[in-house]
Amino acid sequence: MNPLQACLLLSAALFSAGLVIALARSNAILVLLGIELMLNAANLNFIAFWRFRAGAAPATGVLFVLFAIAVAAAEAAVGLALVIALYRHQKSLRLQEATRLRG
Amino acid sequence: MSLSVTHLWLIPALPLLAAAVGSLTPRGGRKLAAGAAIVALLGAFGLACAALATALGQPAVHASANFAWFTLGRDVVRLGWLLDPLTAFMAVMVTFVGALIFIFSLGYMKEDRNFTRFFCFLSLFAAAMLGLLVANSLLLLFVCWELVGLASYLLIGFWFHRPAAAAAAKKAFLTTRIGDLGLLLGLLWLYRARGTLLCYDGGAGVLENGSLAALAGTTVAGGFALSTAIGLLIFCGAIGKSGQFPLHVWLPDAMEGPTPVSALIHAATMVAAGVFLVARVYPLMLADQALTAVPVHALTVVAGIGAITALLGAAIAVAQQDIKRVLAFSTVSQLGYMMLALGVGSWVAAIFHLLMHAFFKALLFLGAGSVIHAAHHEQDLRRLGGLGRRMKATFATFAVGTLALAGVPFLFSGFWSKEAILHAAHAWPVSPLPLAAGLTAVVLTTFYMTRLVTGIFLGAPRSDAAADAHESSAVMTGPLLILAACAIGLGFLGTPAWPWLQSNLGGVTVPAESLWEAPGLMLLSIGLVLAGLGAGWAVYGRRRRSNASSPDPLAQAVPGLFAALAARLKFDEFYAATFGRANAWGAALADGLDRWVWGGLVTQLARLGEFTGLMNREADEGGLNRGFDRTSAALRGAGRTYSRAQTGEAHGYLRTVVLAFVVFALVLLLGGVR
Repeated sequence: MNPLQACLLLSAALFSAGLVIALARSNAILVLLGIELMLNAANLNFIAFWRFRAGAAPATGVLFVLFAIAVAAAEAAVGLALVIALYRHQKSLRLQEATRLRG
Repeated sequence: MSLSVTHLWLIPALPLLAAAVGSLTPRGGRKLAAGAAIVALLGAFGLACAALATALGQPAVHASANFAWFTLGRDVVRLGWLLDPLTAFMAVMVTFVGALIFIFSLGYMKEDRNFTRFFCFLSLFAAAMLGLLVANSLLLLFVCWELVGLASYLLIGFWFHRPAAAAAAKKAFLTTRIGDLGLLLGLLWLYRARGTLLCYDGGAGVLENGSLAALAGTTVAGGFALSTAIGLLIFCGAIGKSGQFPLHVWLPDAMEGPTPVSALIHAATMVAAGVFLVARVYPLMLADQALTAVPVHALTVVAGIGAITALLGAAIAVAQQDIKRVLAFSTVSQLGYMMLALGVGSWVAAIFHLLMHAFFKALLFLGAGSVIHAAHHEQDLRRLGGLGRRMKATFATFAVGTLALAGVPFLFSGFWSKEAILHAAHAWPVSPLPLAAGLTAVVLTTFYMTRLVTGIFLGAPRSDAAADAHESSAVMTGPLLILAACAIGLGFLGTPAWPWLQSNLGGVTVPAESLWEAPGLMLLSIGLVLAGLGAGWAVYGRRRRSNASSPDPLAQAVPGLFAALAARLKFDEFYAATFGRANAWGAALADGLDRWVWGGLVTQLARLGEFTGLMNREADEGGLNRGFDRTSAALRGAGRTYSRAQTGEAHGYLRTVVLAFVVFALVLLLGGVR
């Protein structure tokens, strides 16, 4: 198995773990956690393709991922703020109860 | 037995592995988690001893092994390991004291249901500290530095269900972050100036002569040498981590953690990091010494902060009622001594005192832990008393620790290291003030320790909990006895007659000072120790408090001063009134901006939209309505059907997305689309 495949496998495993967490858990924080995992699996793919495919520019992959991480940090902050607001509102973090926006 | 520098990473890796094991162990696996932590740290101790043997035998003082971490464009970020006597001595001390504290924790935390989590965090703490010691790159050092901060946060807030503990953890983290910001800025500046953060790299490292000359030769704003500016920014980190004035406020609050954690923080892993950092970058701190035109030398600032801290900590410790807080302020004061020693140019005395202090302060904290454990978590000096008869082993070892901390002559380790510092301060040509501060702190130290010992162990028990106390189990007294032996014996590694430690530390060339050069000073300091003991005995020994509500004798004598010291000179209140309030104002301002200015703008725009809509409606109702009514009725029907899919449940949406994803993936795979 070459390194690229290994990285892709790891990233697929991470993505699946994140997906299962996001789908199966009802706690909003844990769902957020799962989403972060999926995001980082994507980042890992990015880095892996950049690193193990010939002909990539020197720093693109790393810079792209650095930006993605910075944006994800901002997104996590917003997500956590939403979670806190949700908790204040309904005194619980169960997503099943957060159905105010139903059509 | 030897350990080459390329394998040095094994020392932090072992406890890190134990932390990983501990984090995956379920709550019931107490033996596994604790056993992994202790075995790993003992293994690290063995490796550290081997590293020490190597370090003392190697031809060059600093052996380093560097490797590329990653490449970014044309920049290669390199990390590395560094083996010199400083690293090796510190690693031996951290692993040895740490292992004893781990063993003690077996007894202390026996009844805690989160036992495995505790040992996981302890291992992480030790791993971070050891990583910090072996790092050759200041970047790696910074990473471990922050890990130490994280582990301390987790451990101080270990009993996070107690609001005080959660607040103390937050306070420790945020306060040290302020210093860390300075450290980060210093490192960034250093990287910008030199293009590398490796300490030693065959002549190209930042702590080697070429780099130092360039840094000292550059002048920045205000007439400072660049090395002074960077050195002082790095020192900011040490101020935060080592509880120096003015960021010392977190250290006493950190007492909310379990007592073994306090011992670990105060002896081996946390506060020692700041002193170690300054010692590590000491060549950088020294680089501006030869310059005369600069406004201030970096080390002068270090000495000043150290002197203030030494005096302040000792003074506040006199009036504290919580036994752990007395010890905490004593640590603040002793760390001030170390910084003072670094500032006055005696690198060796500072490290000597750091090593000795680690042993006797760990001893004192574990002794206090034994007392607290026996007295059913009573740690108020007013409500203890009379424990000496019931807890003979704890009493004897605590007394040894006290004598070492007080610097009682000849037999105890603290005496030799403290004398070395005082003599270095005496030889400092710039100012006599640090020496004066150091000597005053000697009296205060002896005084508050006498107060502490008489309050805990002598007299009559002043509460039911104290009357009911009994000696702790062997797993707790064993480490106490070993540490007590160290507190006596290790001082002889650095006596003027046989300065083994001093001659082996090496590294930075500083003028050697001998204790015999100023015999008058030694006599004076011995006299001060005896005076402090005598004063303490006169105030607290002879007139013992009879019950918990009888006032402190010193508070009766000087009520105003005592109250001020007992309130810790109102530092916390001052910070709350200034920085805390400024922060609240900033938040209120941001809130107001958001709510009124931007919110107002959006509201006005919305009004505009509303107005346009109103005009439109007038136009609509006049003519276009009927045809649209039919269409919209149909649309509404369709919308009702589709809106059933919108359940409002996030999971439902997510499932749909995943389903679609799977369908597309299948189409792509089976359809062979390229």
